[in-house]
Amino acid sequence: MLYREAGDFKTSYASDNQTFPIRFDRVAYWVVMAFAFLVLPMIMGDYWANSVVVPFLIYVIAALGLNILIGYTGLLSLGTAAFMAVGAYATFKLTTSFPGMPIYIVFLLSGLITSAVGVLFGLPSLKIKGFYLAVATLAAQFFLIWLFTRVGWFFNYSTTGQISMPERSMFGVLITGASASSTAVYFTCLIFVVGMAWLARNLTRGTVGRSWMAIRDMDIAAEIIGVNPLIAKLSAFAVSSFFVGVAGALTFAVYLGAAEAGEAFGINKSFLVLFMVIIGGLGSILGSFLGAAFLVVLPVILKLLLVDTLGWPADLARHLEVMIIGALIIIVLIAEPHGIAALWRTIKDKLRLWPFPH
Amino acid sequence: MLDTQQDGYLTADGRQIGPVVLELKNITLRFGGVEAIKDISFDIRTGEVRAIIGPNGAGKSSMMNVISGFYNPQEGDVIYKGYKRAKMAPYQVARTGIARTFQNIALFEGMSVLDNIMTGRMNLMKTGFLKQALWWGPAAREEDEHRAAVERIIDFLEIQHIRKTPVSRLPYGLKKRVELARALAAEPQILLLDEPMAGMNVEEKEDMSRFILDVNDEFGTTIVLIEHDMGVVMDLSDRVVVMDYGKKIGDGTPDEVRGNQAVIDAYLGVTHD
Amino acid sequence: MSDTVLFAMEAALNGLTVGIMYSLVALGFVLIFKASGIFNFAQGVMALFAALTLVGFQNGQVPFAPLINAIFGTSVHDFGFNMPSLLAIPATVVVMVGMAWLIERLVLKHLVNQEPIILFMATIGLAFFLEGLGDIMWGAEVKRLDVGIPQGMSGAVDDFTYNWLGYGFYLDTLNLWALVIAGIMVTALVIFSQYTKQGRALRAVADDHQAALSVGISLRFIWVLTWSIAGIVALVAGIMWGSKSGVQFSLSLIALKALPVLILGGFTSIPGAIVGGLLIGVGEKLFDFFMQPVIGGATENWFAYMLALVFLLFRPQGLFGEKIIERV
Repeated sequence: MLYREAGDFKTSYASDNQTFPIRFDRVAYWVVMAFAFLVLPMIMGDYWANSVVVPFLIYVIAALGLNILIGYTGLLSLGTAAFMAVGAYATFKLTTSFPGMPIYIVFLLSGLITSAVGVLFGLPSLKIKGFYLAVATLAAQFFLIWLFTRVGWFFNYSTTGQISMPERSMFGVLITGASASSTAVYFTCLIFVVGMAWLARNLTRGTVGRSWMAIRDMDIAAEIIGVNPLIAKLSAFAVSSFFVGVAGALTFAVYLGAAEAGEAFGINKSFLVLFMVIIGGLGSILGSFLGAAFLVVLPVILKLLLVDTLGWPADLARHLEVMIIGALIIIVLIAEPHGIAALWRTIKDKLRLWPFPH
Repeated sequence: MLDTQQDGYLTADGRQIGPVVLELKNITLRFGGVEAIKDISFDIRTGEVRAIIGPNGAGKSSMMNVISGFYNPQEGDVIYKGYKRAKMAPYQVARTGIARTFQNIALFEGMSVLDNIMTGRMNLMKTGFLKQALWWGPAAREEDEHRAAVERIIDFLEIQHIRKTPVSRLPYGLKKRVELARALAAEPQILLLDEPMAGMNVEEKEDMSRFILDVNDEFGTTIVLIEHDMGVVMDLSDRVVVMDYGKKIGDGTPDEVRGNQAVIDAYLGVTHD
Repeated sequence: MSDTVLFAMEAALNGLTVGIMYSLVALGFVLIFKASGIFNFAQGVMALFAALTLVGFQNGQVPFAPLINAIFGTSVHDFGFNMPSLLAIPATVVVMVGMAWLIERLVLKHLVNQEPIILFMATIGLAFFLEGLGDIMWGAEVKRLDVGIPQGMSGAVDDFTYNWLGYGFYLDTLNLWALVIAGIMVTALVIFSQYTKQGRALRAVADDHQAALSVGISLRFIWVLTWSIAGIVALVAGIMWGSKSGVQFSLSLIALKALPVLILGGFTSIPGAIVGGLLIGVGEKLFDFFMQPVIGGATENWFAYMLALVFLLFRPQGLFGEKIIERV
């Protein structure tokens, strides 16, 4: 049968703990990977690559990062966009100061720099929780953006106040700059997404992940059974910011090409990533993919449907989109606080036993 | 009466009790102007089942919190394994081999039973952060080893069937059992149980009593127990501390305590002067 | 007196008047937080929505005109008459009360007993919904709002300070009115909560939901009531801010500043909200005044949040809040 665990006996704890315990899921996973690496690059046009697939992949990384913080550790952050800006500006400074540095290394280093900044702004989380922490992250949001738009050093004193990405290659292929091919950009993003999703999965399945979730579910009890809250919370901030920083670096370097902190990384982007996490599923890696996909595709569909087909004014469609997203957040929180991913899990649980209800 | 200097004693059912492992000396704990614990001293010996009893609000749970390091007393010393314990954070106390359960269940509701128990083992797992991120050999191997240990505890407490169930879906009695499993997973020397049988029916109480005695018997774990059911306390414990209004009013074997006039007064409600 | 001191005083005075706006928004937060434990992120957008609605009524706009035009290919815009403020304000109050009722019906009722953080995120969703709704209903362009509050430089203040200090302070009359109106509103709220039956019920619910339910207070009624009051407070904030700088989206960003105000004042204290708002207003203007030569301008963007952050590390319960003892 298609979706069954009967007969699929586990003979070791390793196989019981694997990411996809059901054979059908394992097969599906490899099919998706093959499609992403082999088929999609062949059939996807430039428009789809640039306006849907690449932003989707980048947002997946950002959503994974924020999910580690909110979904796994229970620490609310409204400063995601500012940390993306840290990644972007770190990439700009690194690549202009050390032109010879391999660009993938630049992205990873930018992530690490963002990590350090994230830990700094995460320090208050040791004393404060909930909305209080949200305000602390708002401080990061507004302060960092102010810094990047006011202090000339960050944008190399350019007159426009913008940063723009010079051309850089990796393995002899142009990755950044206006003449980089969309295929090169796509593969860069795909490699980072696959690698980082794998990291996120590893971290959340072991001791580190359990200490995060313990802090999320009941911090006092976690401390009494031996979780060091300092290490758990700061490591969550560090890992989360690393992801978000890499997402910011990619946003700037391969997606936008040029950016200005206030415009590209304003507070609305923080909310957008937060909504991806909520709609996709708090505390779920698959959820980060689903949420990012949903919120990247929704505006495209609305535009196709309302503006291109029905001829509505573009701003009306945009307002409607804001309204729909707001309503969706509420509906998701009411109907299924753990998002599309939880819905998917329920469907799978039913499918395992289908056609029997129990 | 017991001689506190001696190295141990033999219980009525013939178990050998070892030397003092934890001693509380003149503990006083205040919240603002309220004294929750007033100048209390007693000791806990290796391998014994030590009960703390008393009416509601007597300060039993506060005492438990002092032992587990959640509250730091204003006065007095905690002497653990012969050394005075410095003021430390609760997670550090946990690492010295003291585990506990809570009066109001404090499980991680968003995690499965298995993950909850695995979290209890956190301090025994050593793989570093980076190795976990890459899930290199040692990380995966360690996870499997500890999984095996956790499975033994799961077998022991007879909760195999709910291994992968999210804790939030479990009934009360099973949650209590999972909490015990999580505490046991840390392989503690001292296990603190704060009302492990509160709100249970007779059958569940019998099961839980059996588990507590088995833990004490098989692993040699020292057990400190707060409980309201006097029958259970008298049957399970080797020695009993009685508290009332933050003060210690009795200390001894169940039989000694039962005959103590102050204890009888506290329970029957003789007015205080 | 040296010029710097005078300029600083003027900056502080202006900060005070900005602070009243923060206080007004924070007041709405506190009311809802006390009654339902919900941290209402949408309070700022409610002010925007209220102001938009008021302007829409005043100008006799057809609600959802852009949407209607897009769907039916028509080009309706307004009914062709203007509603006097005296009529438009009560009409807006009715809309806000209706909104409170709908929010209780459609959102809050379904989220009872959820964790505070889920409720908080739901109000972020609500904020986005209302923002989109406001734009679709009344159009997104910046609008002028005039309900007849006098505006322009206050001659009295100018004369008085000129005679006293030899330098005339610039102060907008509108801000003086804002001060008076804020004062009246707080007094009214205090009288309402102290001396009416509903007010007592409100305080009972704030203290303990379960206990209030058990003596027969309808929680749902109380929620509609508080959200209505918060809606009216939002309307007042929207009128003041809208008269000053036009009704536009930036209003809801200003409202974000109410968050640090609450941290300073404590989430449950009405005087705290007022004092916190004034402190932040004055603080950010003075900080900008003195620091501008050193680190550059526009520090208002982040000063309030940083101040709150520092404050949190030393006094997490706010100026007027009570210390929390953690238990297991």
